[in-house]
Amino acid sequence: MFTESLARTIFGRLTFESFPLHEPILLVTFIVVGLLGLGLVGVVTKYRLWGWLWREWFTSIDHKKIGIMYMILGIIMLLRGFSDAIMMRLQQAMAFGDNPGYLPPHHYDQVFSAHGTIMIFFVAIPLIVGLVNYIMPLQIGARDVAFPFLNNLSFWLTVAGALLVMISLFVGEFSRGGWLNYVPVTNLQNSPDTGPDYYLWALQIAGIGTTLSAINMVTTIIKMRAPGMTMMKMPIFCWTALCSNVLAIAIFPVLTGAFALLMLDRYVGTNFFTNDLGGNPMMYWNLVWIWGHPEVYVLVLPAFGIYSEITSTFTGKRLFGYSSMVYATVVITILSYLVWLHHFFTMGSGASVNSFFGIATMVISIPTGAKIFNWLFTMYRGRIRFELPMMWVIAFMITFVVGGMTGVLLAVPPADFVLHNSLFLVAHFHNVIIGGVVFALFAAMDYWFPKAFGFRLDPFWGKVTFWGWVVGYWVAWTPIYIVGLMGTTRRVNHFDDPSLQIYFVIAAIGAGIILIGILAFVIQIAVSILNREKLRDTTGDPWNGRTLEWSTSSPPPAYNFAFTPQVHDLDAWYDMKDRHAQRPTTGFKPIHMPRNTGAGVILSGLAMALGFAMIWYMWWLAIAAVAGLFVVAIVHTFNYNRDYFIPADEVAQSEDARTKLLAAGA
Amino acid sequence: MAADALTEPQAEPSFYDIEDSHHHEAGGSTLLGFWIYLMSDALIFATLFATYGVLSSAYAGGPSPREIFELPLVAVNTALLLTSSITYGFAMIAMQEGKLRGTQLWLVVTGLLGIGFVGIELYEFANLIHEGATPQTSAFLSAFFTLVATHGLHVTFGILWLGVMLVQLGQRGLHPENQRRLMCLSMFWHFLDVVWIGVFTFVYLLGVLR
Repeated sequence: MFTESLARTIFGRLTFESFPLHEPILLVTFIVVGLLGLGLVGVVTKYRLWGWLWREWFTSIDHKKIGIMYMILGIIMLLRGFSDAIMMRLQQAMAFGDNPGYLPPHHYDQVFSAHGTIMIFFVAIPLIVGLVNYIMPLQIGARDVAFPFLNNLSFWLTVAGALLVMISLFVGEFSRGGWLNYVPVTNLQNSPDTGPDYYLWALQIAGIGTTLSAINMVTTIIKMRAPGMTMMKMPIFCWTALCSNVLAIAIFPVLTGAFALLMLDRYVGTNFFTNDLGGNPMMYWNLVWIWGHPEVYVLVLPAFGIYSEITSTFTGKRLFGYSSMVYATVVITILSYLVWLHHFFTMGSGASVNSFFGIATMVISIPTGAKIFNWLFTMYRGRIRFELPMMWVIAFMITFVVGGMTGVLLAVPPADFVLHNSLFLVAHFHNVIIGGVVFALFAAMDYWFPKAFGFRLDPFWGKVTFWGWVVGYWVAWTPIYIVGLMGTTRRVNHFDDPSLQIYFVIAAIGAGIILIGILAFVIQIAVSILNREKLRDTTGDPWNGRTLEWSTSSPPPAYNFAFTPQVHDLDAWYDMKDRHAQRPTTGFKPIHMPRNTGAGVILSGLAMALGFAMIWYMWWLAIAAVAGLFVVAIVHTFNYNRDYFIPADEVAQSEDARTKLLAAGA
Repeated sequence: MAADALTEPQAEPSFYDIEDSHHHEAGGSTLLGFWIYLMSDALIFATLFATYGVLSSAYAGGPSPREIFELPLVAVNTALLLTSSITYGFAMIAMQEGKLRGTQLWLVVTGLLGIGFVGIELYEFANLIHEGATPQTSAFLSAFFTLVATHGLHVTFGILWLGVMLVQLGQRGLHPENQRRLMCLSMFWHFLDVVWIGVFTFVYLLGVLR
């Protein structure tokens, strides 16, 4: 009796039953992940890399290193999110008639919730944020972001959220309420388990990181552009990054608010989203979709920026309609905030409300269409080089246009009443997110990888990745469009109608082809590292680029630019090359830089401990973690010694090395 | 400034800032960044206000605003908070005149007014809960307690921050870094005042009118 209450005090509701030892799939996954983790820890320990990792990476406030760490996080989580996808595809291909498949509904519901949550919050967001982090400061000729420490903290908060989601796989269970953790499924009375709590704490912690990062990026773009770079001379990727981050600041607080209210419902017993005592579940749907719809533009706007940069570089022309591109981006930013209700036309808000949101949604296709034409006209009469990044652009244009058209179709309220919650919708948003965001991310990795690491990615395995993804996408999602149009609903674990099975079998084959693309991507990185000497880029400008990031070495030095560039034209680096600007080789000065700090890692670790404690009702740990957060944050403010100077001869040394490399190349 | 140099006619344009004249003032970025943070915080309050607006008549058989709000108490509280904004303003004037003593003094006054505000709010909450009007009673009360308490938590956090600033002022005086932090705290404090005016009008005054 006493030991039981003691255990309850210490461990909250965490018991031996919380570990899914009876589920063979999870057990095997756990063993594999555990072995891989142990192997990694073993390698790092054997080669005594912990100190190096801590000093050079974990505590680094260099925007380039943080950007790379974001990318690694996103790629690792992509593997997790994609295994969820394969599991669902297998289940739906099998579970017809008498065959129940291999995933029981309780588990299947967690898999689709985790898939969506991970793919958006821990794959797409980290990859986009990572790219913006790495590229944007280089493009505007800055030496770092406005708040370097905050940048490090944002990254580690995102990691803390991702870790909580991963822990839910092996300790307790994840939410079954879909990727937005919908009420009433996630109300306490319907889900008394830990699932929704894992979701809420993971996303609150990661969401604070994303908000802080967005504030950081917007301030950087507004305040830290190189002299001469007016807003309308700013590279288009920076414009899209600006709009995307402004939008993120405008929506993430709403999500934080909505999740906080649901937390209060679950922990304190308030009645915001309950079915009784005056609660209003649809309020939750409204709030999360005020976040949710603009969020897709937070992701796709930088993707549009990536396509613009690549199209312009690989056609050797200035971007067609630069200012119309800027205005289109701004208009999309504003409109995206006015369309959230189209996610639940069936709520019954009446014809006039539904018409407003339907029309607002359709109007977005106009600036987006303008962008497509701008890219086409950029290519028109250009000398197009069909290298990997450009191939992704072409695949994007073909794929994304279809997704855009099905989107306009769904925006018509009467059509939506038929297609609401159908697989047609699921096919639509995978069409725009894979065809728009994922393709852009692969294009961007092929394009900017040489900048970050000093050698190109292997083109052969890159092409395998490309064809795997593009062909796989179409094979996987065309049948889903068809069954969706016929009325099949989403989030279904088992089907009765055997005539549908063939579609799901084809979709599963498509997922298998995408798997080839993903594996080829991993191989591409490994092969490129092995052949790095052959793929080496000594010029810093392997693609004949047009923007400032190509004016410095690959990889750039810690200070990015020995001398801040002065900008006279839109494509600043092209202009410098065109007018034979001489790179200064003498007269270097000490450079003022921020100092590394471990506070971000510690604060995020404490935030994760707080989340875990709250999920399992370990109140003592939660109190200790909150106290720790305050103490560490306050102690950190007493550190006034936050910057240092890179001495002039150190700058001269690395710049001389570059001068030699350039001379050797020429 | 580099921008001036650019407007002068030059035969050979300069592509690199050799003189390293282009300095970013760290303070300027911080104030802008903090201002943007405040806007994001304002959106959290907007979410809570909207939720309160939707749920403000969902009494579910529980008490209505007219039955539970004590306007005189809230009026005192409003006066305390608005006065604290004025005293914070005096602290900033003292800071700009380089008077450390005066800055500290006015900050202490501001902090005490803030503590008074939070104290009265807690007293009001205790009374409500004692009368049976708890956050669990109805959606209206859930929304009321959450909105007002979120503001109160912000003020509490501001008081804590103010305390830390007093220690740092004692250690380093009007260090530029400290001045920058005091300006951020100033924006934070006035922002909470503006939010409170919204709470007072929208929740209390309109609530009693219903």
